[in-house]
Amino acid sequence: MSVFDIFLQQLVNGLVLGSFYALVALGYTMIYGVVKLLNFAHGDVYMVGGFVGFLVLSVVAPMVGPGWTGVAVSMVVAMIAVGFLGVVIQRVAYQPMLNAPRLSILITALAVSLVLQNGVLTLTHGQYQPMGADLGFGGVNLGLLFISYNQMILVGTAAALMIALELFVSRTQYGRAMRAISIDKDMCRLMGINVTAVIAVTFFIGSALAAAAGTMAGAYYGSVWYFMGFLIGIKAFTAAVIGGIGSIPGAMLGGLILGLLESFGTQIPGIGSEWKDVFSFAVLILVLVLKPTGLLGKSEQERM
Amino acid sequence: MSAPTETLLELENITAGYGRIVALNGIDLKVQTGAMVTLLGANGAGKTTTLKTISGLVRASGGTVRFAGEDITQTPAHEIARRGLVHVPEGRHVLRGLSVRENLELGAFTVKDPATRRKRMDEVFALFPVLAKRQHGDGSLLSGGEQQMLAIGRALMHGPRLLLLDEPSMGLAPKLVIETMQIVKRLSEAGTTILLVEQNARLALKLAHYGYVLESGHIRMQGEAATLRADKSIVQAYLGE
Repeated sequence: MSVFDIFLQQLVNGLVLGSFYALVALGYTMIYGVVKLLNFAHGDVYMVGGFVGFLVLSVVAPMVGPGWTGVAVSMVVAMIAVGFLGVVIQRVAYQPMLNAPRLSILITALAVSLVLQNGVLTLTHGQYQPMGADLGFGGVNLGLLFISYNQMILVGTAAALMIALELFVSRTQYGRAMRAISIDKDMCRLMGINVTAVIAVTFFIGSALAAAAGTMAGAYYGSVWYFMGFLIGIKAFTAAVIGGIGSIPGAMLGGLILGLLESFGTQIPGIGSEWKDVFSFAVLILVLVLKPTGLLGKSEQERM
Repeated sequence: MSAPTETLLELENITAGYGRIVALNGIDLKVQTGAMVTLLGANGAGKTTTLKTISGLVRASGGTVRFAGEDITQTPAHEIARRGLVHVPEGRHVLRGLSVRENLELGAFTVKDPATRRKRMDEVFALFPVLAKRQHGDGSLLSGGEQQMLAIGRALMHGPRLLLLDEPSMGLAPKLVIETMQIVKRLSEAGTTILLVEQNARLALKLAHYGYVLESGHIRMQGEAATLRADKSIVQAYLGE
């Protein structure tokens, strides 16, 4: 295998990983935008998404088969169900804390994370649940480079979701309202925007995207378990910060950068894959030192 | 249009404050449909708080606000805006990061019909050609005067029944102050009901039909604008000019 082939192969691997990171990072950044909350439960929302996808797939697989059709159905159902879960979490746990000090709501987010994680731990006794998706092993050979159909579908789905989100945010009144709320809530109220409702929609979309990633990850890697959201939660947070927290294109960019860095980082001689997390967080520290607002983030003036 | 004697907005014994600080101490105020009423007073007299209490950003601790005959004292701010009571706050609050056009689109958030939105956008562009020219630029990069036009244009996108204007001339060059006031006058002549808070009392009294003078959260005096303007002692004592 030539260096170029290795490069291409890692590019593909990095895109797959980066797609997962980006989808989860989007929720982080959108939710931060509207309520200025680092939703540390977001990784666990992804995990719950994986489990809902797992449950739905086990129901629909006998009907439509365990291939991509079944996974697609599971993903859509998981997105809707977990979207509503996100809204419920916001209403029950965060809404009452919105005027409390920032630290209180942050701790609430950690509590929600523990509730979700331990809830699923109890229900599943901490066992890995085999997803039962049968996606096949087909793919395209380009010289020594092999891209599986699964990788293509996965990256394509992630890209489609992100394009849909971008269109929603830039072209619809609700999307504009979402951006406006992250800037000036009182002005939004004066324009007749129901801020609480827009926040709910934001939680729905952010959680649904995480659920899509959770279901796809479960199908792609073959299983789900209660702790699967922990590391990706932190990675997605890292991606959001690298891109500039609050910036939607920033989260997509940050996710992809992180995915690519991790897959390329493992190829550096003398550095194995066990170092990839070190890589991500070293980059986080570097970005925080050099450009604290992130790559696409804008500095925020405090309005008096 | 309804008869000019109809009361569109009425405040009855309104009290409001921030924590233990009392900002408004029993305000009575009326705005007739089609009229332009101005609210004057020194800094800290409670002008801005009065507007915020009307639009729902600040909750009254006592008293009643009635708009078009309905009690809106406890109505959420976005619901009040939906009914056509539109508040243009002090400092313009142009949404940065959103284009001029997007700012205007959001002004019409409650207008569901796209045709109406387009029609209003055309009207706003006709009134403020500079906004049409810079519609794709970031709203926060406009000059102060242009931002004020955007803030007013955004309110017009709503199709307001009552416009609350808080210090529209603040921080503008003298020439732009006159220009802004001419726009306010045109809106009023076109039939928009306006409650205007303005630091330039002389100018405000020239435009408005009726005036209230606030002092430390009380209405100190009120009357026809011409009467208030003629009374030199009032202008000196309360308006600081």
